[in-house]
Amino acid sequence: MRDIVVQNLYIAAKKDRNIVFLTGDLGFGVIDDFARDLPDQFVNVGVAEQNMAMVAAGLALSGKKVFTYSIANFNTLRCLEQLRNDVCYHELDVTTISVGGGFSYGQLGASHFATEDVAVMRAMPNMRVVAPSSKADAGSLINQIIETGGPCYLRIDKSSVTEIEYQKECKLGKVSIIANGPDSLSDITIFGYGGILQQAVEARAELMKRGLKVTIVDVHTIKPLDEDGIVEIIEKTKVVVTIEEHNKSGGLNELIAQVVCAKGCVPSAYVSFCLPDVFSKVVGEQAYLLKHFGLDAASIVNSLTEKGLA
Amino acid sequence: MSSGLVNRQLFAAQVRKSCLEMTSRGKSSHIGSCLSCVDILASLYNCVMNFNCARPEWSERDRFIMSKGHAGAAVYATLAEAGFFDKSILQGHYINGSNLSGHVSHLGVPGVEFSTGSLGHGLGVACGISLAMKLDKKNVRTFCLLSDGELDEGSNWEAMMFASHYKLSNLCVIIDYNKLQSLDSTQNTMGLEPLEDKARAFGFNVSRVDGHNIEEIQATMAIQPDDTGKPCFVICDTTKGKGVSFMENSVLWHYRTAQENEYESAMSELVVELERLGRL
Repeated sequence: MRDIVVQNLYIAAKKDRNIVFLTGDLGFGVIDDFARDLPDQFVNVGVAEQNMAMVAAGLALSGKKVFTYSIANFNTLRCLEQLRNDVCYHELDVTTISVGGGFSYGQLGASHFATEDVAVMRAMPNMRVVAPSSKADAGSLINQIIETGGPCYLRIDKSSVTEIEYQKECKLGKVSIIANGPDSLSDITIFGYGGILQQAVEARAELMKRGLKVTIVDVHTIKPLDEDGIVEIIEKTKVVVTIEEHNKSGGLNELIAQVVCAKGCVPSAYVSFCLPDVFSKVVGEQAYLLKHFGLDAASIVNSLTEKGLA
Repeated sequence: MSSGLVNRQLFAAQVRKSCLEMTSRGKSSHIGSCLSCVDILASLYNCVMNFNCARPEWSERDRFIMSKGHAGAAVYATLAEAGFFDKSILQGHYINGSNLSGHVSHLGVPGVEFSTGSLGHGLGVACGISLAMKLDKKNVRTFCLLSDGELDEGSNWEAMMFASHYKLSNLCVIIDYNKLQSLDSTQNTMGLEPLEDKARAFGFNVSRVDGHNIEEIQATMAIQPDDTGKPCFVICDTTKGKGVSFMENSVLWHYRTAQENEYESAMSELVVELERLGRL
């Protein structure tokens, strides 16, 4: 997903000299073409994310379309106040691109786990929050972000959805149904965002063997949330499941629950798969940590079975 | 004394009067910080910066970023005095429902380039603007005013490295060096000296001026960027609370609002100065 995002930015930047790409000294091997071919639109600000956000604001204030690039937490949490005061308050065209969503850098330790970013970023007025689940979507969404402008947070995962039932339409601001048609009734509907949706795809395959109808909804745009689209889907389902590689606080599980309550479309059961409010005591590959926290396909199926829902 | 200079001093004296009125009516803080930087603001908005009050968004204007946003009253008063909006609007400062917040905000206030209030934000933003102007080959300068206490914030030093590395000679950093911060002197709080050496080591062209001498400030600011690519760093030695004898050099007036008798006595001092300048 990371490569297609940078590649599409490169293509757009070649046509629009107002696009400026800032990196906090990261992106080895990924940003080389951009740096070489567009030196006037590429700025390495060094390992200084607060300054990167402030420089981004100053550039955008002067008419530039700015993209900052770093590993999640560094260009989000480290410079949160700069994003809030300088970018969001001034409604500037700055997009924060973070690679390493969730446990993408699972072996690198707690500093590199981006597991509170969605909650924090979506709390700020004017900030859009986007987290694609597949390479194709990442490419489409970055193009739509370039078109519509910031403030925006783009969360890029190392993992991604590899098998999709059919080519879905990916529209910024709308949910995408990635399995089952929009008109069919479902026993279970799984909402999620990011590469972890691959676990939903695998869980669905298992649940379908049991004769269950399962819909998967990609909420790639977490903010602004497509509430109407979500209600429409929930009204056609019995059990609602959310899945995300993120702390339970402020994540999608809370958002969907809020929609369900506010809109009065309460499902027969509501199950959330997310991270508990603790720091992981272990490290490991992304897939290992998902299993460790019960967020892999098998754990999802088992949990739903234990609850008598599958 | 030239009539031009007297007019600039009158401009500053009027701004001081507005600041006292605004902070007293609104019962807001930071009168000391406002009075400290009034002569710097008066210098910038008279003959140093290019701007057009009728077209605040004019793309060729020089940019001013007030990083020490707590002296918001001084910025609003300066903009009104310069003609960006009617002075009667200043009466809304700190009042329920007003746009004129204690800390500088651009929302609904013509002429405010950027909102600040949390320290250590302005300089990095000024760097971004300066870089954009350089990329677009525009002959526009960016001035950024910081307080001395504000230099405790590490983000400023990130920005200073950036300004020097990217040769932002169109950037002019101004320090309102009144040597007092919120609780105590700058030196007792977090030693800043040797400031000139620090700025030089970070790659700046460093100048030092009397921050209440408009002629001296303007002469320094008017120096156009040279071809060394070095950004400018102007240390203005100032007095916190300048212009009101009992507010000068006192940490008390960082937060205190002038009470009735204090207001009258402060106002009479400012009016005496205004009248003196008016007779020149």
